[in-house]
Amino acid sequence: MNFEFSEEQNLLREQAHGFLKTNCPPAAVRKILEGKASYDEKLWRQIVEMGWTATTIPEQYGGLGLGYLELCVIAEELGRAAAPVPFSSSVYLATEALLLAGSQEQKELWLPRLAAGEVIGTFALAEGPGRTSPKSLKVALSKGRLRGTKIGVVDGDIADFAIVVAKSRVGDKASWYLVDLTQRNVKRSVVSTLDPTRSHASITFRSADAQLVGADGAGWALTQKLLDRAAILFAWEQVGGADAALNMAKEYALGRYAFGRSIASYQAIKHKLATAYIKNTLARSNCYYGAWALNTNAAELALAAASARVAAIQAYYFASKENIQTHGGMGFTWEFDCQFYYRRAKLLSVNIGSESFWQDRLITAVEHSNVA
Amino acid sequence: MDFNDTATEARFREEARAWLTANVPTASELEGLDYIAKARLWQKRKYDAGWACLRWPKEYGGRGAGAMDQVIWGQEESKFDTPQSVFMIGQGMAAPTLMTYAADEHKKRFLPKLASGEEIWCQLFSEPAGGSDLAALRTRSEKRGDEWIVNGQKIWTSGAHYSDWGILVTRSDPTVPKHKGLTYFFLNMKTPGIEIKPIKQISGGANFNEVYFTDVRIPDSQRLGAVGQGWQVSLTTLMNERASIGAGGAGVNFNLAYKLAQKVMIDDRPAIEDRAVRARLANWYVEEAGLKYTGYRTMTAMSRGQTPGPENSIGKAVGAPKTQDMASFCMDLLEMSGAINDPEIAEAAGLIQLTFMAAPGGRIAGGTDEILLNILAERVLGLPQDVRVDKGIPFNEVPTGRG
Repeated sequence: MNFEFSEEQNLLREQAHGFLKTNCPPAAVRKILEGKASYDEKLWRQIVEMGWTATTIPEQYGGLGLGYLELCVIAEELGRAAAPVPFSSSVYLATEALLLAGSQEQKELWLPRLAAGEVIGTFALAEGPGRTSPKSLKVALSKGRLRGTKIGVVDGDIADFAIVVAKSRVGDKASWYLVDLTQRNVKRSVVSTLDPTRSHASITFRSADAQLVGADGAGWALTQKLLDRAAILFAWEQVGGADAALNMAKEYALGRYAFGRSIASYQAIKHKLATAYIKNTLARSNCYYGAWALNTNAAELALAAASARVAAIQAYYFASKENIQTHGGMGFTWEFDCQFYYRRAKLLSVNIGSESFWQDRLITAVEHSNVA
Repeated sequence: MDFNDTATEARFREEARAWLTANVPTASELEGLDYIAKARLWQKRKYDAGWACLRWPKEYGGRGAGAMDQVIWGQEESKFDTPQSVFMIGQGMAAPTLMTYAADEHKKRFLPKLASGEEIWCQLFSEPAGGSDLAALRTRSEKRGDEWIVNGQKIWTSGAHYSDWGILVTRSDPTVPKHKGLTYFFLNMKTPGIEIKPIKQISGGANFNEVYFTDVRIPDSQRLGAVGQGWQVSLTTLMNERASIGAGGAGVNFNLAYKLAQKVMIDDRPAIEDRAVRARLANWYVEEAGLKYTGYRTMTAMSRGQTPGPENSIGKAVGAPKTQDMASFCMDLLEMSGAINDPEIAEAAGLIQLTFMAAPGGRIAGGTDEILLNILAERVLGLPQDVRVDKGIPFNEVPTGRG
């Protein structure tokens, strides 16, 4: 049994942890929360310089050609720091999408620039409230040009290109298009969200130039595949964040005295924090399995992804809300950092499909496997 | 990251599997035996072939094997249908205490018979007034010459009625604070003055007993640890609660509930198609998988020579309430037949209802849900202990309530 990260991977974790502690302290997150900037550009530059955006991109496309275990390690630390950077959009979604379905030409054109941080990519699926399906899609190609609106695209305001899920008449009724967001026929407007440390935009395509990615009518199957892979990386961010929220609650409880003693000695608080620890541990262990499945492209990937995602959504939500509760009134104030995790937990949980979406996928994966 | 054994582990697993395949008792061998005789037959066979109490030194009947071998053996043995063990308390709790505190002659006398299953042991710890707060126990021991006279009552003693020996904690000095006045013994369960009464549980079973002591005499040579050191000795016993690793747990689990949901109907459609059913099943899947992979991580640590710690309390803290909730949910799936436990017609021959009635016990025995959360909070997260109002007060001046 060797169900653990390697020494090199743990070294990377320490390095990432130390780097983010210095370069992405709570004050840096707050600056984005309160300021006008969409993301921490300086931090993003440094992340690119460290090669994190190049992690899983093969060397032939200018990447480092490392495995997904390394990317999981980085994801956890970014989640712990609640880093205000477009890493998930550009790496877990756009880069992964091109690796999954990009043509040789598309890979050669975009992957080296993604690796080098010259461009930021994102993925555009939702068009309105509720769950998106091939039937609900309205964005579509008309006379070879893309038309329609995607709402609340994460990093949509700063991304250079997006992989857009559009309606198709053939196959599974959806197709992927790569769209240069800097072109004149694309209109973008910033949308305010629950978590201002991660910017969003609505994007309207007005007869935009768009390039098919993968086969026409293969877009829905590709989306499912991409979401499974991304779910594991998102889950690692969530586990990192949940751990940070629990630690924050613990530190506060230890130092806060009420009725003559530390509130951390009251069972009401101890049991709350122990419950958070349990949820975090279950999520982390599910994430381990997800990391293994992603790294080996295992047949169990869909089940592993849904399990990691459900557990991580639940863990982060619990830890972030109970962190505020443990802080009492101070946790509800703007000055305290508890809000970072509460905001980020909810944003991440709806970003690539909600808890109930992934619960349903989990059982579907069980139905498709012979595991049960 | 992989799930493979090391070469040594693989060899050991192969050896264990081969022996088990050839030696697990057949149904005809076990026919007509009661469960204790079945357990003894299997234990003796393992002992004779060197497969009992793997981690114990060979001179005491063990194999001198490592922690990882023990885990691998457990995984392989659980794949076979073997008689249920009645030796867990003796081998898992009494034996480590004897190894640490008993005289050499006693180790040589008792440990091999514990390993072979010839003698069964029970644990006389809990009392009506000492459950989660074990050190509040009141059973008195008084020294007279070379003997101790014991009076009082123990409760929740599993298997007292078929045990040969027991480990016992008593109060030898009520005038000092509670943790300081305890003394620890082992004794023959046939000693005059011991009376054993079974306790009928809400599940209908009677695995536990009340054990009454009336002027029971124990030789001083059967004391373990110094007079007044009973608490430290007890901790050795309690620290050896088995780390449950790998075993997913049979009975009412995700698999059973999932299959049931495929079978029973909601509005003429299989229940598994219902979104609410799917959501709840998904949550339990995540808990089971989380525990399984936490076990894999623990095994990896053990494989690298580390010792599992208090973080292992998570297994029971998650598993016990989950079992209760799942049994309740499965009965809901059965709707108006949910309460039927007649094995002739009930789903799974009444296992679901039996589990529902046994589940409250699972959340209490071996550390309540609340105590497990305290352990995780204090020993894993490092939070302070609760204020103890009886701290430093002589035991006989501590306020007592109903008990």
